[in-house]
Amino acid sequence: MQLVLEKRAERSNTIALVSPLIAIGLTIVTMIILFAILGKNPLLALHAYFVAPLTDGYSLQEIAVKATPLVMIAIGLSLCYLANAWNIGAEGQFLIGAVAGSWIAVKTQGTDAGAWVLPAMLVLAAAAGALYALIPAICKVKFGASEILTSLMLVYVADLFLDYLVRGPWRDPHGFNFPTTAEFDPVATVPLLIEGGRLHLGSIIALLVVAAAAILLGRTIKGFEIRVVGAAPRAARFGGFNANQLIILTFAVSGALAGLAGIIEVAGPVGHLQPGISPGYGFTAIIVAFLGRLNPLGILIAGLFLALTFIGGEQAQIAMKIPLDVTKVFQGILLFYVLACDSLILYRFKLVFPNRQVARGTG
Amino acid sequence: MQAHQRMLDPTPNGLHSGESPLLQTLGLTKRYGDFLANDSIDIDIWPKEIHALLGENGAGKSTLVKAIYGLIQPSAGEIRWQGERIVLSGPSEARSRGIGMVFQHFSLFDNLTVAENVALGLDGKESFKDMSARLEQVSKTYGLPLDPRREVWQLSVGERQRIEIVRALMQDPKFLILDEPTAVLTPQEADQLFIVLERLKAEGRAILYISHKLEEVKRLCDTATILRGGKKVETCNPRLETAASLARMMVGGEIKEVKAPAGRQTTVPRLVVNDLSLAPSEAHGVRLEHISFELKGGEILGIAGVAGNGQDELFAALSGERLSRDPGTVVIEGIAAGHLSITQRRKLGAAFVPEERLGHGTAPRMRLSENALLTGHAASGMVRRGFIDTAATLKTVDRATETFDVRKAKRDPEAASLSGGNLQKFIVGREILRNPAVLVVSQPTWGVDAGAAAVIRQALLDLATAGAAVLVTSQDLDELAEIADRIAVMFHGRLSAPLATSEATREKLGLLMGGSSLEPKEAAHAVGA
Ligand SMILES: Nc1ncnc2c1ncn2[C@@H]1O[C@H](COP(=O)(O)OP(=O)(O)OP(=O)(O)O)[C@@H](O)[C@H]1O
Ligand SMILES: [Mg+2]
Repeated sequence: MQLVLEKRAERSNTIALVSPLIAIGLTIVTMIILFAILGKNPLLALHAYFVAPLTDGYSLQEIAVKATPLVMIAIGLSLCYLANAWNIGAEGQFLIGAVAGSWIAVKTQGTDAGAWVLPAMLVLAAAAGALYALIPAICKVKFGASEILTSLMLVYVADLFLDYLVRGPWRDPHGFNFPTTAEFDPVATVPLLIEGGRLHLGSIIALLVVAAAAILLGRTIKGFEIRVVGAAPRAARFGGFNANQLIILTFAVSGALAGLAGIIEVAGPVGHLQPGISPGYGFTAIIVAFLGRLNPLGILIAGLFLALTFIGGEQAQIAMKIPLDVTKVFQGILLFYVLACDSLILYRFKLVFPNRQVARGTG
Repeated sequence: MQAHQRMLDPTPNGLHSGESPLLQTLGLTKRYGDFLANDSIDIDIWPKEIHALLGENGAGKSTLVKAIYGLIQPSAGEIRWQGERIVLSGPSEARSRGIGMVFQHFSLFDNLTVAENVALGLDGKESFKDMSARLEQVSKTYGLPLDPRREVWQLSVGERQRIEIVRALMQDPKFLILDEPTAVLTPQEADQLFIVLERLKAEGRAILYISHKLEEVKRLCDTATILRGGKKVETCNPRLETAASLARMMVGGEIKEVKAPAGRQTTVPRLVVNDLSLAPSEAHGVRLEHISFELKGGEILGIAGVAGNGQDELFAALSGERLSRDPGTVVIEGIAAGHLSITQRRKLGAAFVPEERLGHGTAPRMRLSENALLTGHAASGMVRRGFIDTAATLKTVDRATETFDVRKAKRDPEAASLSGGNLQKFIVGREILRNPAVLVVSQPTWGVDAGAAAVIRQALLDLATAGAAVLVTSQDLDELAEIADRIAVMFHGRLSAPLATSEATREKLGLLMGGSSLEPKEAAHAVGA
């Protein structure tokens, strides 16, 4: 008996839907083993991770809050990845967006600036994120530099730039020397949806982004262009689509979305600019994009799921003293299984029973 | 049950009495959903035999050989190898038993060298150096010259096929399958291939040979098995048949003749090329040099020539996949278009059919409707304000299906699931249905069966009659003779002056294709006289 991979004639749509679920299942099995090795009760740990956060309203809101930047960034990344442009630096674009938007907030602090402040912050953040993403895109198109490396390296530049600002020029003079700006004014803050709750306007924006991406990819010629350039570059050129222009465009859009997510995070849940505003949203969003099959609706679901792991990780740390880094391990294993299961969309496992007699005959 | 009786005596010439077949299929069936691509096929292959597998596009030829090669698992029936039932886990098992295959669509990596490609396709454990040495030796023994160090993208189609053949031969197969090997070859290259095949046969190997070229089958093959609609209809000796009788068995009826409609009038020039020179975009590409011609409405110009003499580069320059600096080098419908993109040229009324159908003419893993959109988005009303009109794209699929008899398992399948010839019909149909003013088409009937080839040629003629200018690049001189008004030859990036088809004898074309020019000879005559 032999297990072989047979290429499917057509990609299987059922498997395309089921494969992320298989990946999640395998990840959970692996996690159970890991918990056991750590000496924790796997069932309790899983409960803390995946069930407990779903049982109270506060955690549910917190999941939506965490999912908001993940989904927004992942939607942008999915456009890049579909077009075969590998933007790995969303984390940097997120931070630059946060910095650029915060600039308005810092400069208008304590003035009587009106309701224009928040919209201006959002626009500026998106523009800054887009421009920052254009650096690797242009290097790729003009000089053939690997966008994977350049976009990744720019993450550290953005990180240190933010660090410099909040320790130097933008530091809150009344902040006891903590590296942070002052709390933003109300006009520079993303409004809450529920008084006294956590859910904010950003989640609505994220939903709009998901809907826009679904329409873009499913109904428009631009979306078709993105898909065909990634799937069959030569045919795309024959179709009249320019891969280089598309690298520029998708990087700009994904940078803008990451930048927007950055300012929403800062002007929303955080309320001021400080280092560590992101627990790695830009990187986790890569997992969200792939787990969601580069499909807008899938990304929405995947974003909520990974947000759950963030919240669950915190609860598991509090309740069971499981290190917070286990969440990152979980996310890494998940990406690994997602990519592995993807081969099932184009291939199938087949059991073959060769005739033993013949096998011996030729051996 | 006539077919059944034939089955009991599969060798009409009675050559093999006493021996057992090398390979046999019994009731071999392959099902895709409700669709039977192979319906209970029995076939016997004997050693020292070149066995033809014939049938229309979509008859199930490639499906059958893929099952024999272990690429797909049959849904029912069995395969016997040297009298014993075998179940193949995959191609590597088939290769280890002595079954080799050369595919209809090549599976080579463009950015790797010849030797690296061969190494990837072999299962052995020998070192890369030994393998390269053996590669050179095999290619020399069989007269299939190859430079192991060249990268594949630099090679012509004929050379690429040579890699596949040499790779198969390096496994020393007892049984070699060739799926439409000559579809892409020049007559000279095909002749070389036949010498190799005869030699393999003399060495005692068996060959299963798929082709749509019936004359060639009559010349080369000892036995022919004919498939129709997934079923075997006949096994016969092709030498005792005529091309017409073979075609009748394939189609189950008569094939239409191509008729040049009377009263074709040439009108204004619709495609003009002025002194087009273009440096190659790739290190080993061909430089186009001073190409000029004029193509009027109502006219078909044929371009003959050995592959790799700049036809691909000319296609890219005409289509706008490559731009020239001087707009005046390519004039479409009176408008200088050398600097315009392919989309803008389509908007001027031009349409293009490249020679490679998977990956260039279509995105293999996308549906036919999406592939209709691929070239139709520019000028066919499939897009409104940036939004795709899905109904319009599906309508194109349906119309192409109907007009060109594209056979497929469902309404809108992925391009890669169509049989080679049916995909070609779809691509040609997709462009012709747009009623282009100028059609530039490469190898229009590459791998298309005789009946469908007639339909496509007829469509090209009808298009010209309706007033379009048609430029056909083809390696098939008979095809050019049948439809072209004038024929020019491409050699080393230069294009000869076109000859009227009536004057373009095979001898003259052969000279031009070999690089000699016709003038000096005539000049010599003049001096002599
Ligand atoms: N993976 C698949 N899924 C669905 N249908 C398929 C698949 N592969 C082949 N078919 C169908 O099976 C039929 C036979 O295809 P096959 O490729 O064997 O034809 P063929 O005889 O080789 O034709 P051609 O001369 O055009 O190459 C076609 O109608 C094709 O659409
Ligand atoms: Mg075929």
